[in-house]
Amino acid sequence: MRALFALFGFWLALLGVLPAQAQDVLAVPALSARVIDQTATLTDPQKAALDAKLAAFEAQAGPQIVLLLVPATAPEDIAAYAQRVADTWKIGRRQVGDGLLLVVAKNDRTVRIEVAKALEGAVPDLAARQIIDQAIVPAFRNADYAGGLNAGVDRLMARVRGEGLPAPAARGGPEPRGMPLEQMGLVVFAGVLLAGGLLSAVVGRPAGSALTAVAAGGAAWWLGAGLLMAAGAAVAAIVIVGVIGVGNVLQLLLMMSGRGGGGGGRGGGGGFSSGGGGDFGGGGASGRW
Amino acid sequence: MRRALALLTLSLTLSSTVLLSGCGYNDFQSLDEQVKAGWSEVLNQYQRRSDLIPNIVATVKGEASFEQDTLTKVIEARSKATSIQATPELVNNPEAFAKFQSAQGELTGALSRLMVVSEQYPSLKANAAFQDLRVQLEGTENRITVARNRYIKTVADYNVKVRSVPTNFTAMIFGYAVKPSFTVQNEAQISAPPAVSFDKPAAPTTPAASK
Repeated sequence: MRALFALFGFWLALLGVLPAQAQDVLAVPALSARVIDQTATLTDPQKAALDAKLAAFEAQAGPQIVLLLVPATAPEDIAAYAQRVADTWKIGRRQVGDGLLLVVAKNDRTVRIEVAKALEGAVPDLAARQIIDQAIVPAFRNADYAGGLNAGVDRLMARVRGEGLPAPAARGGPEPRGMPLEQMGLVVFAGVLLAGGLLSAVVGRPAGSALTAVAAGGAAWWLGAGLLMAAGAAVAAIVIVGVIGVGNVLQLLLMMSGRGGGGGGRGGGGGFSSGGGGDFGGGGASGRW
Repeated sequence: MRRALALLTLSLTLSSTVLLSGCGYNDFQSLDEQVKAGWSEVLNQYQRRSDLIPNIVATVKGEASFEQDTLTKVIEARSKATSIQATPELVNNPEAFAKFQSAQGELTGALSRLMVVSEQYPSLKANAAFQDLRVQLEGTENRITVARNRYIKTVADYNVKVRSVPTNFTAMIFGYAVKPSFTVQNEAQISAPPAVSFDKPAAPTTPAASK
């Protein structure tokens, strides 16, 4: 048993190490907060103030803005690194895809605003460049990093506010209608087992399977499946209930569930997570100070 | 006996489902469409660059003493690149694809040379309109890079499916061929370190550009 775990751990390590060794580039940090400072430039109050400002903006207007400060981006240039970070994080609401990423490479003295496609109209490349040149760079030249970031973020917010994006949904808003396919299949399958078992016991197997088939087809249809899939569900119900029998299927499932492991959940933290909708196509601008 | 039959039916049903979804026909449909979409995005960004060039040329032309050779090269490269019919079907024709790629590559080279040369003209550097165009060109080149990278990744996924074992039969039957991807043409040039010379900053031409 322990050997098995060791082997598993070895595989995990291998999986984790391989991509990192394939190309020696700066790793993308975990998205843990709205302001990620790896250079220890900002003081805690400054960080908290920026974070609060970005959080308030997201709650009010919707778009997600994240600031990332790294020491240097070598061997890539800042545009390539920022693009990689943006592709990994995908910040921005799922339905809207409105994300903005501001990356500062302190020792390289470069800064980049990365704009998701949904916001390229609100923040075109020229505007991003102007914000960098007029708001961020002058402050950075005086080593006033918090001031520069604040000024830049303010200008970005002002531009995005005029865009008329959809208002943010209330926390825990309505679930999108229509289930994903696998989930739907599972629900119908469980329903078939339950209903099939009951109906076969009450009215006998042939009539029970027919009734279950009708119910399964109807349920699949109601859950948003196509006609063909609803028919498939009905046929599957006949096979499961009438031909094989619910008891046998349950036995087989029990047998199979003997092996099979539970997956771990992904831990989010800090009350902030990416909306996952941001699609970054290389829009934005870079500057240096 | 009855139970064995039942189990057999169940396993047959399961395995046939797996086999049918394993042949990858649907994967080909979706990947083929993704490759097309990726390619359209690449074309889109190249078009954006192409549209930007007349403005850049017009601005640079205002500079009376601007090195004509560099400018002509950009104009020529652009007309050459736009003369190739850039259609979504290009991805199914490796020859035309290579031709298109080399024409765009030439334009990239001519443009970056123009931008380097323009650094040496103080009045251009002070020209706000030109600096704006410069930012836009930079953003466009960036978008081209991203679009090309995404295309490369999608084509790689697609090509792996075309060539690996169970799915290659499906590809053969339905005629899905390997699609071309972007390559670097001037590999030797890139792997060699750039020659930096501080000798004559006044002379904007290098031997390669002068005839």
